[in-house]
Amino acid sequence: MVLNRSELISKLSSKFKSFTASDIDYSVKKILEHISKSLYSGDRVEVRGFGTFSLHNHNSRTARNPKTGELVALEKRNSVHFKPSKELKSRVNNKN
Amino acid sequence: MTITKNSLVEVIHDEVGLNKREAKEFIEEFFEMIKGTLEEGNDIKFSGFGNFTLREKVARPGRNPKTGENVTISERRVVTFKSGLKLKNKLEAYDGKSE
Repeated sequence: MVLNRSELISKLSSKFKSFTASDIDYSVKKILEHISKSLYSGDRVEVRGFGTFSLHNHNSRTARNPKTGELVALEKRNSVHFKPSKELKSRVNNKN
Repeated sequence: MTITKNSLVEVIHDEVGLNKREAKEFIEEFFEMIKGTLEEGNDIKFSGFGNFTLREKVARPGRNPKTGENVTISERRVVTFKSGLKLKNKLEAYDGKSE
């Protein structure tokens, strides 16, 4: 099963009954936006107990299309790396 | 610089207008709900930002890098994050070094 943003927002609304729907919506938006903005200004984002988002740099390189064998030039790029916290790692792994 | 929960509290306080105690509680609960969702075995998607998905890893032989001893890495479930298109595209604009 997959949970999306709006389902998470409705879960949050039932927990924070005194908050208006727009405050909850806006807060979630701001949290994600702040993480994104920090990343693209080059900062790591560390959320204790949850995990750390950081940027990985990939240099440009030539690779091959595995299907056709053709050479393809890949440009230099950045990607987001998420490292889950110890707590999150062990919680998802709890098979009991 | 590293961003922590405190800077998120500031943002929510300044921009949404929640008081700091409420903002802190909300942020804690936001991340707790994501953890709880993953713990129950469900994925979570934030369109534009990215998806947290669970992957099942099978057991494989490994080695303790310190002692050289052979060990079996047991089967386990891990969380992976894949950034969404919007975030990916924005990141291309960034040309600095990460830490």
